[in-house]
Amino acid sequence: MAPDTAIFKIQRFDPEVDKLSYFQSYTVRLRRGMTVLEGLFDILDQEDGSLAFRASCRGAVCGSDAMYINGALRLACNTAIAPLLPQDITISPLPYMRVIKDLVVDQDPFWAAYERIKPYLINPQTAPERERYQSAKDRKHIDEMLDCILCAACYASCPMTWSDEVWLGPAAILKAYRFNGDTRDKGQRERLKVLDNENGIWRCHTVFNCAEACPKNINVTWSIEALKRQAIINRLKFWRR
Amino acid sequence: MIYHQILVVGGGLAGMRAAIEAWETAGKGGQRTDVAILSRVHPVRSHSGAAQGGVNASFANAEGAKDDNPEKHAFDTVKGGDYLGDQDAIEVMALEAVPCVSELEHWGAPFSRTPEGKIAQRPFGGAGYPRTCYSADKTGHIMLHTLFEQTTKRQIKTYSEWMAVTLVRAGGRCVGVIAMDLLTGRLEAFRADAVIFATGGIGRLYQKTSNAIINTGYGMALAYWAGVPLEDMEFVQFHPTTLVGTNLLISEAARGEGGYLYNALGERFMKNYAPELMELAPRDITARAEQTEIDEGRGFDNIYIQLDLRHLGRAKIEERLPGIRELSISYVGVDPVEKPIPIQPGQHYTMGGIDCNVAGETALPGFFAAGECACVSVHGANRLGGNSLLETIVFGKLAGRGAMEYILGKQGGPTEEKEMEAALSQAEAKVAKLIKGNGTEDLPTIRKEMESTMTDNVGVFREKAQIQKAVDKVRELKDRYKRGRVKYAGRTFNQELVRGLELEGMLDVAECVSLGAVVREESRGSHFRIDFRKRDDEKWLKHTLAYCTPEGPRLDYRPVAITKYPPVERKY
Repeated sequence: MAPDTAIFKIQRFDPEVDKLSYFQSYTVRLRRGMTVLEGLFDILDQEDGSLAFRASCRGAVCGSDAMYINGALRLACNTAIAPLLPQDITISPLPYMRVIKDLVVDQDPFWAAYERIKPYLINPQTAPERERYQSAKDRKHIDEMLDCILCAACYASCPMTWSDEVWLGPAAILKAYRFNGDTRDKGQRERLKVLDNENGIWRCHTVFNCAEACPKNINVTWSIEALKRQAIINRLKFWRR
Repeated sequence: MIYHQILVVGGGLAGMRAAIEAWETAGKGGQRTDVAILSRVHPVRSHSGAAQGGVNASFANAEGAKDDNPEKHAFDTVKGGDYLGDQDAIEVMALEAVPCVSELEHWGAPFSRTPEGKIAQRPFGGAGYPRTCYSADKTGHIMLHTLFEQTTKRQIKTYSEWMAVTLVRAGGRCVGVIAMDLLTGRLEAFRADAVIFATGGIGRLYQKTSNAIINTGYGMALAYWAGVPLEDMEFVQFHPTTLVGTNLLISEAARGEGGYLYNALGERFMKNYAPELMELAPRDITARAEQTEIDEGRGFDNIYIQLDLRHLGRAKIEERLPGIRELSISYVGVDPVEKPIPIQPGQHYTMGGIDCNVAGETALPGFFAAGECACVSVHGANRLGGNSLLETIVFGKLAGRGAMEYILGKQGGPTEEKEMEAALSQAEAKVAKLIKGNGTEDLPTIRKEMESTMTDNVGVFREKAQIQKAVDKVRELKDRYKRGRVKYAGRTFNQELVRGLELEGMLDVAECVSLGAVVREESRGSHFRIDFRKRDDEKWLKHTLAYCTPEGPRLDYRPVAITKYPPVERKY
């Protein structure tokens, strides 16, 4: 028989009253196929209106609810409770990010890094009236990077984030490759100026935490390595001239 | 008090597209327009990103679609909407489709490609040609990220995690909004020369919905309270393929790529309902067919139908439908490569909304609407798949332009700071009453009762006594709401307060939906009355308008704009 309740141990912090965070336990009544996010909503509605967490689509595409659940970075919405039992469900916010309240962290540094890499298509040529052409093969090349939902799990998983405040972080670099690897984009050089330095791609020590943390199974580290290659080729071209 | 020339409320596709258009259009003296976005969640968390299958535009790129054109797109949309859509508006949408989707491609939207390198297109329900442009089954996601990239590039000021709580009118026009900073709980007055709402749909009124947590229809309620009528609210779309349990969306693309629907007897039952189009019949017809199979005992466990993709093969599923494969595996433990997906109809889309025209203009000068929260009306009584993403970019753009034209033509009048401050105090009093009042009613309970009432009584099949039950129940809940209380009094990220505030709006919108449904004694598109099974053009070829009064909605009606396509019986 499957158990009919689970214990949720949630890291709490309310800036209006708490000096330090602490863990609080709740008993959640289980339904078939229940997710961690559904459990959080049950607690919010039935037990404790003060609980803070972010959520939107509940289908693993909006990136709101990345958190640290039973020792791994996961999205609460696509994490089923049953496989985690009989352990308690232990939940903390994304590590190494400033906690605003409970499971809600300050993502401003994450978005600031995103903005720095010029995260938009750069192409000064006049566009045709209809679509530009791109081969199916070229489009496929960036398929994996497009899956990124900017949930910041990779950012929080990276040991460089923990020590270097100006480090771009895996997600921003992945986004840079999404454009530098897009045959329609002409902004490679511009972006490499932001990336090719000690707070950019070279800060990555290829520990693959980001790839492991990614809830969309993106090999983020691969993109960082690809940009390192681009940067080297770019410098060689510069010296040859 | 904060001031912007144009304030866009809602950071999804329609909102961001409107903001970009306003920014691109030069203001007085050729200066950049001061436009800002205010959004309840960070823009990339918006529900637009959950759209999967694609966006319609008659590029005629696909094999066998060489004859496609905007006129055919318009006709399919008119017919799909069971002739309730305004045909002049539908023509605008169909004509603007190719330019607007091309523009998105120029901004970097990574659509899937044909072998020649054009934008790939797939067949969709109710469409005469493969007209739906896609990026695998993640089209909303890639469009949303593309528009966020473009607002980032333009450095358009964005207030993330702010929720509008009042639409302020003064001197017969819209002068701004009162909004709450969710991270601090602070209320703030935002004065603006024009306000554009792009606040999304009402899915959360229902227990079984594909919609996000944030789709509460609160924006519609704010407009309604400010005296703007809501149009055609009884027309609610139920998507035929939502996942059993969570009701997460399984894209129509699954059937567009060739998926079959089976009942428990192993029959492709659509042959009995739409022999020509089969699984690619419009959503209202397919959802009713499934519900009939389930109600008559041919469903699985009396609750679901199977969507079978196995014959498409692993390669095609991995290439074209990777997103729904991932959803199916993580939420019901079914890999569609190996087993059929258990699905059922679920609330999905709101055809109705804030009454507006093609320029987004509403009855309140200075107030505009676009996207799912708006009713232009292009979807009529039933929206075709692929037309909602299209609506967001076409009418988002036109609303941005409409708001620009409005502010450019506007004479410098009084600044209405007094009215803004009065509205701010009122909003503060409302929050204080919820938090500090001595109410005894539990708000989450009221919310749950509303959700089940709407799902049980105002669903795929409707009947007078049942809908009346919903009207009565919603009125009872409205009364109980007045004695409701939010127990947690903190201001930082107070979700209980957010949900408590939203509930008031949800109940009023639910009243508009159910009242509109009980009065409309005919069957048209998504609104199917088992006691009035035929469409009745003589009496009901007209739009419903719901006006807010202290006694509840006052219903009025307006004729449908017919241009080229006189109503005929709808057959597939």
